Amino acid sequence: MTIDLSASIAVTRFGLGARPGEIDRARANPREFLLAQIRPAGALQPQPAAPNSAQRLSELRDYQRDRKQARQSGDPKSDPVMMFAKLLRQDTAQDFLARARLAATTSDGFAERWALFWANHFTVSAVKGDTATLVGPFEQEAIRPHVFGRFEDMLVASTKHPAMLLYLDQAQSVGPGSFLAQKAALNQAAHIPGLNENLGREIMELHTVGVDAGYTQADVTEFARALTGWSLGRLDHPEEPRGFMFRPYAHEPGARLIMGRRYAQDGEAQARAVLGDLAADPHTARHLATKIARHFVSDTPSQVLTNQLAKAFETNGGRLDEVARALIASPEAWVPAGTKFKTPYEFLVSSWRAADAPPTDIAAIAHAMTILGQRPFSAPSPKGWPEDAQAWCAPDSVIKRMAWSESFAAQSVAEQDPIVLAQNALGARLTPAVSAAVSRAETRAEGFSILLMSPEFQRR
Amino acid sequence: MTVQLLTRRQALAGVAGFSVALEAMATNATADTALARRKLVVVICRGGLDGLSLSPPVGDPAYARLRGPIAIPAFAAPGGALKLDDTFGLHPSLTFAHGLAMKGEARIAPAIATPDRERSHFEAQDVLESGAPRVYATSSGWLNRALGAMGPSVKAMSVGPTAPLVLRGKIEAASWSPGGMAERDRRLPAILQDLYARDPLLGPALAEGLATETMAKTALADASRTDAAMSDVEMAQGSPIPVPSSPARPPATPPRQGLDQARKIGATLAGFMVQPGGVQVAAVSIDNFDTHANQGAAQGQLANRLVYVDAFLNGLQAGLGASWQDSIVVMATEFGRTAHVNGTNGTDHGTASTALILGGALRRGGIVGDWPTLQQARLFESRDTYPTLDMRALFKGLLRDHLGIDRAALDRSVFPESAQIAPVERLVA
Repeated sequence: MTIDLSASIAVTRFGLGARPGEIDRARANPREFLLAQIRPAGALQPQPAAPNSAQRLSELRDYQRDRKQARQSGDPKSDPVMMFAKLLRQDTAQDFLARARLAATTSDGFAERWALFWANHFTVSAVKGDTATLVGPFEQEAIRPHVFGRFEDMLVASTKHPAMLLYLDQAQSVGPGSFLAQKAALNQAAHIPGLNENLGREIMELHTVGVDAGYTQADVTEFARALTGWSLGRLDHPEEPRGFMFRPYAHEPGARLIMGRRYAQDGEAQARAVLGDLAADPHTARHLATKIARHFVSDTPSQVLTNQLAKAFETNGGRLDEVARALIASPEAWVPAGTKFKTPYEFLVSSWRAADAPPTDIAAIAHAMTILGQRPFSAPSPKGWPEDAQAWCAPDSVIKRMAWSESFAAQSVAEQDPIVLAQNALGARLTPAVSAAVSRAETRAEGFSILLMSPEFQRR
Repeated sequence: MTVQLLTRRQALAGVAGFSVALEAMATNATADTALARRKLVVVICRGGLDGLSLSPPVGDPAYARLRGPIAIPAFAAPGGALKLDDTFGLHPSLTFAHGLAMKGEARIAPAIATPDRERSHFEAQDVLESGAPRVYATSSGWLNRALGAMGPSVKAMSVGPTAPLVLRGKIEAASWSPGGMAERDRRLPAILQDLYARDPLLGPALAEGLATETMAKTALADASRTDAAMSDVEMAQGSPIPVPSSPARPPATPPRQGLDQARKIGATLAGFMVQPGGVQVAAVSIDNFDTHANQGAAQGQLANRLVYVDAFLNGLQAGLGASWQDSIVVMATEFGRTAHVNGTNGTDHGTASTALILGGALRRGGIVGDWPTLQQARLFESRDTYPTLDMRALFKGLLRDHLGIDRAALDRSVFPESAQIAPVERLVA
């Protein structure tokens, strides 16, 4: 393979698409171009940084207080739903815009893609109202610092983060034999708190070992029991932390048996030990390796590639920088034919990069992302956004992408030669057919639309 | 030389056979036009829709105790279930669907499940939509393979920006979602069709998308006529049915705008289906039924979602107009939820749930399948509604009797390795 093609692949497949001149910069040494982006400190943070989750939780508390007052005052103008919607819009919109601008401008496209992959792996979604304003802080605090560190650290950070504790209902899960539940029963309380197995199940199924690891319903319930007490400070209690808090009174006493291992630890340490074992389980290595290969290389990656990635994970104690290096070293990741169909976000980001036109208007982005099926920060389930061509290349999406391309091209590239834009965007991946179609366009905007909609640009 | 003359008996038999054949051809021709008018809409509710709230068995002696604070109140109580029979009602949010049920145009299958028992959303959705007996056995959906058995002229469409598995496969189906129909450069589609000529993914998708766009203009006009009073709502939702996000405590009444959108999407889908040569088979998915905490009872989180479902059904039925008599809508979910309320006033992943079957073509009748009751000893693994009916039996019954697909195709290709699963009888009028 020519160095020109390797440079294009480094920037467009491993990265988020080429900005003008970027493929030239990668040409000196395409692999080194990617390796240089692997930094122990993790992925870059969007700027301006979102307020941290503690501040966002305080806002949520203020909102809850205001809502109570609004209900009491009965003023229809202070409709709590509208107020909440406004809060969500402002905060999450700023977070999403900052993240989109980072993606559109960064010279570390591979590191950013790697971070987006992990954010999708540990999905928290604004679909759940409590979580909406915490999605940005979650990525900032639990994901980005750890993407080139140990997987176990990211797993623990994600599990303890208030966004995850709220999104998967862990915060309120209480052991049936705990002090809290026993007391409620004695007092014949109207509501006797108990177990919620949502987070426990999804950690096993989605975050770590995967659904084929052979665990049972009993394992899920036992893990949920071990996790009881992993919660966050109550918002209306100023003395409690604005974030993770272990509640001993909610913790189910006793040893747990999970996937054949016994956990006799007390309190918080019990679930922490389970997380350590789950992170180190060979099923986790295989599950993550398959997902990484599917994201970066092909919807149907070879066993050889997934074995290479799983081995890098296992022999390096789950160090994700080594997994990233193994991916870059794999010949299969560099096959010339682009088979991965871009998701809507990947399509928009690569279009912004190709035009060197970072987004400025959150309303326009949110509208476009929603129409294209990927409403900002709102993955439909804890499994995250789908990443396969079958999901995204529906007839309707092609039409919607075409409409977006036309309006974006009309606004963004008035003075630029579309053939130069095409060469900059695809490098050696630009085919004669696309090149000819772009050069025959009647207007510059039409030429740029053709580039954006070309089979080579829609894939990576 | 021996000339074998036909006996009179043989001749008569021959003539009779011939006329039977003629009659059969005539019947088939009539049946074909009748069949071509038949419409099927499959609604997939994702996240595990709680059957015990969708069609609460308030007459089951164990129900109220198992459900505690999230039990739907009894028939006569405020916010009570809308009565279907002595045992079952519909959730009080489903007023439109209940009206249909009273006319014999809606029925429930209250203890139905896919063959999957793992309680994983994603595996169970795969089995529900692929129609295979086990997870990840095939990458196409049963509805797409049903199209394959129906012949080449059948149009199918999914609603929403992503293609649901149930309609993925060899037959290219249309897809449509609200929003983004601009007047555009007329050249671009043609240029792209050239560029996509050898592209197995983009080529067919673009062709289908353009055809759908033409139909959409008619469909949207129809939808506006269906509900002229409907305000000019900007339809820019990602989820085909705009199920609301759930704020910390859901509002007592869901936002009006979302309701209008849900009705309009139903009416627009109907618009695609009623036009000449229109869509005959459609798939819709609705997200956000995973109610682990604070799911609510007559009001609350799940109630709000069901209000949208009801509005969508209302828009669809109104838009179909006279075609409603030829239509069936089936709404199913990947699994039900635990029979017991959990420790956080919600429910965890369970097994059997309720499927809702509606339509003017539906045969009047009681519940579909048996009710295992909620007695502790009858719960599946002591926690979930016991499945008494295989989801494939329901789908097979509808595909055979409503769309005329023969049993052999249903047993082998539409639902592979399912010969032992008999279609549900007497579903179609």
